[in-house]
Amino acid sequence: MPSPSIPHFLVHSPKDNVGVVVVEGLAAGTKMRGIITETDTPITGKANHDIPVGHKVALKDMKKGDTIIKYGEDIGKVVADFKKGDHVHVHNHRTKRW
Amino acid sequence: MATKTLKKRSSPAKHSNLHFTGWRRENGRVGVRNHVIILPLDDLSNSVCEAVANNIKGTMAIPHAYGRLQFGKDLDLHFRTLIGTGSNPNVAAVVVVGIEDGWTKRVVDGIAKTGKPVVGFGIEGHGDIATIAKASYKAKEFVQWASELKREECGIADLWVSTKCGESDTTTGLSSCPTVGNMYDKLIPKGIYGVFGETSEITGAEHICRERAINKSVADKWYKMWKAYQEEVIEAHKDGDLSESQPTKGNIAGGLSSIEEKALGNLEKIGRRCRYIDALDAAEAPAKGAGLYYMDTSSAAAECVTLMAAGGWVVHTFPTGQGNVIGNPIVPVIKISGNPKTLRTMPEHIDVDVTGVLRRDQTLDTAGDALIDMIIRTCNGRLTAAEALGHREFSMTKLYRSA
Repeated sequence: MPSPSIPHFLVHSPKDNVGVVVVEGLAAGTKMRGIITETDTPITGKANHDIPVGHKVALKDMKKGDTIIKYGEDIGKVVADFKKGDHVHVHNHRTKRW
Repeated sequence: MATKTLKKRSSPAKHSNLHFTGWRRENGRVGVRNHVIILPLDDLSNSVCEAVANNIKGTMAIPHAYGRLQFGKDLDLHFRTLIGTGSNPNVAAVVVVGIEDGWTKRVVDGIAKTGKPVVGFGIEGHGDIATIAKASYKAKEFVQWASELKREECGIADLWVSTKCGESDTTTGLSSCPTVGNMYDKLIPKGIYGVFGETSEITGAEHICRERAINKSVADKWYKMWKAYQEEVIEAHKDGDLSESQPTKGNIAGGLSSIEEKALGNLEKIGRRCRYIDALDAAEAPAKGAGLYYMDTSSAAAECVTLMAAGGWVVHTFPTGQGNVIGNPIVPVIKISGNPKTLRTMPEHIDVDVTGVLRRDQTLDTAGDALIDMIIRTCNGRLTAAEALGHREFSMTKLYRSA
């Protein structure tokens, strides 16, 4: 587990509704420290699931059909409802293209 | 037996007055490697080329899968790739071998325009054994000549640096891709040639890429390329939504879950300030002077790097998340990764560790400087991880079935 100064997750833009877990072995229930990199602003959260390094964590509750924002941009749609702190991946997120 | 610990080298990058040592070729371009290659025109000539490279130490065969019964734009691309590979300034001299003399001569004549030593041999009418003998004598002459060529000091403006990422994940968008972007923001104004591509992987960020062109006519040229790819390749051949090919299984394992997300991370490689000055066809040499270029390539790593090398780029920067192991026969491929798991499980593949960007104990500015330092060291002769591990992936891009 990371030392107190190392963030558990990073968020590209203040507009984003998902963050990226940047440590290995993040377990469900962990109180997470995060940073919004664009503004260098701290943010906190709690993981509802074990989330692998590189995978996304929800920053808010979202419903099927909502748009997921990362880098301040549209990266696709929600295909299954999720809660803040949930693991966001191919089971609940899908492209709007192709 | 006592072992001597290798001294860790340190030389902080300074962006003004950056220099490297390379081989200035007959046409004025500078190479950072000094290869003598044995280049097959076609798949049938691979055996002869490999035999010659085995006979003559210090030469390298570059076998590949195609070259027979191609036609139209696909044949043009085949020739452009082979001629571009032989013409790359990392190559000192070339022996071309083909099944017959006509197309072999076409490749030889194309490479000869650079002024470098090049010779061709056709197999038909002689057989493999006689051809191997003749080609080996010439390869020996070339490699002994090349081995006496000297490096000279060159300014950074003589350097061509390409980029393409692979086995990307969310960490590439946060760390290794913006590290390359930081390098381009610093070195493009110093007069280097840069190039990025991966047409399929811009999907989802095409509105951003279009805006990064230097002017409207280049933006329109780029958009036409991107749109053609969507229509002629994706729409014509897709049997689903491509959700397991783009993003790839490796991308998905790394946390990417849509092409839009992957594309936005990919575009971090072109930094914040650079604008691309032209959109090149695959393997096309740039003609608008120093600056950043776009090249219409696939997102498959070996195909893309092969095309950029054929366009004349001499060193490649390759961000990876999950650990793509690619190399290239003639161009050193520098791997950059910020994924802590990849650095823990397969560190032998990574040249520049930017995990500190994710831990927030390294800034993108210092990561960019570390990459610039590694580019200079690589140009000066340091073998990349891919070179030391023997990665020589050379993959021709095929546009459609042969006749």
